[in-house]
Amino acid sequence: MKPIKTYPLELNINGEWKKAEVAPYETLLHALRERFGYTEVKEGCGKGDCGSCAVLLDGKAVNSCLTLVLQAHKQKVVTLKGIGTPEKPHLLQESFVKRGAIQCGFCTSGMIVTAKAFLDRNPSPSRDEIKTAISGNLCRCTGYKKIVDAIEEASKKLK
Amino acid sequence: MVAGGTNVIPDMRARVLKSDVLIDLSRLKSLAYIKEEKKKIRIGSLTTISELASSKVIQKYAPILSQAANQLGNPLVRNRATIGGNLADASPAADTAVPLLALEAMVVAERDGGKQRQTPIDQFFTGPNRTVLRRGEMIKEIIFPKPNSNAKMGYSKLGLRNAMAISVASIGVLMEMERDKCKEARIGLGAVAAKPIRAYRTEEMLVGEEITKQLIEACCGAITKEISPITDIRASAEYRRSMTSVLLGRLIRQVTE
Repeated sequence: MKPIKTYPLELNINGEWKKAEVAPYETLLHALRERFGYTEVKEGCGKGDCGSCAVLLDGKAVNSCLTLVLQAHKQKVVTLKGIGTPEKPHLLQESFVKRGAIQCGFCTSGMIVTAKAFLDRNPSPSRDEIKTAISGNLCRCTGYKKIVDAIEEASKKLK
Repeated sequence: MVAGGTNVIPDMRARVLKSDVLIDLSRLKSLAYIKEEKKKIRIGSLTTISELASSKVIQKYAPILSQAANQLGNPLVRNRATIGGNLADASPAADTAVPLLALEAMVVAERDGGKQRQTPIDQFFTGPNRTVLRRGEMIKEIIFPKPNSNAKMGYSKLGLRNAMAISVASIGVLMEMERDKCKEARIGLGAVAAKPIRAYRTEEMLVGEEITKQLIEACCGAITKEISPITDIRASAEYRRSMTSVLLGRLIRQVTE
């Protein structure tokens, strides 16, 4: 088999610069999970329909499955672990836990990434605005109400 | 060519698009702009759909374009998808095409060496996922004249859900009234023909006339003859025909009250 030509990649993930040699067809999702070990970023559909792979790219919430990793070269990526950790959870994570917004947990990473980017831009949202903000993040478990509650509560606490 | 990747990557995964080489346009930030000039608005092809939706200039002069942008895909997709990509992909349901038709936009394509050519948007699409773009050409910018200050516009997208929906039928209407009569009417339609279209014959019925209940009903009937919807997994042709009629009626009433 012909060896694939690889290209040098530099990526800032949660504040740390990482380097690798990547194939041009590798997605940001794949690189984050398989190469760099950020397995909190989930693959649900791989085609931008479910939002489980959401990460922040230069501060904007995007589907990492739709971004080729080389398109993110020299840019800043933030995953869920860059938003909060068990030792130092973000208010959003605390609200999600407190409000019962997590059942199986698969959508949670993408939900919180999306919610964080949203609250950064819209700190006092209405419930309708929250629902629109997470319209690209599917949850098969909760029915969304508690997720909206959690984001609403976090928005009040973040002020 | 790939910019936002929101169509290219799913198409490659589905093996609908097969290419050994992808040219990445996503870092051409100099093509991401919304410029207001005295008489026109110019939008760079790499402008993201999010940027279109939140642009104060677009909200002021072309609200149907920002409304349509705000209903494309979902917020995550909108942060990467670009106006150039939406037009080049040329879905018959392309969300930005419908308002751009009503705005009578011009698509500026450029090829290697800087040679440019302009195509009016109603000639840009040639069929499902087909455009006049030639090999080696890319969309550089989209230009449209600022509508007159008394122009009113409305947009409606019917989908099977509130987000991440490919249109079942979408429609953008721009009308200018002078005293009691319609001076200008432009109707753009998506998902009801092999490409996004204008409804020229229905528009002609409105121009020069008072907008009466009877005229609106007549237009709602006439528009069903200008479209050629198909039955697919999202909707039947009959439903699309019926809904186009309903949506047109609502929008004419909305922009003329």
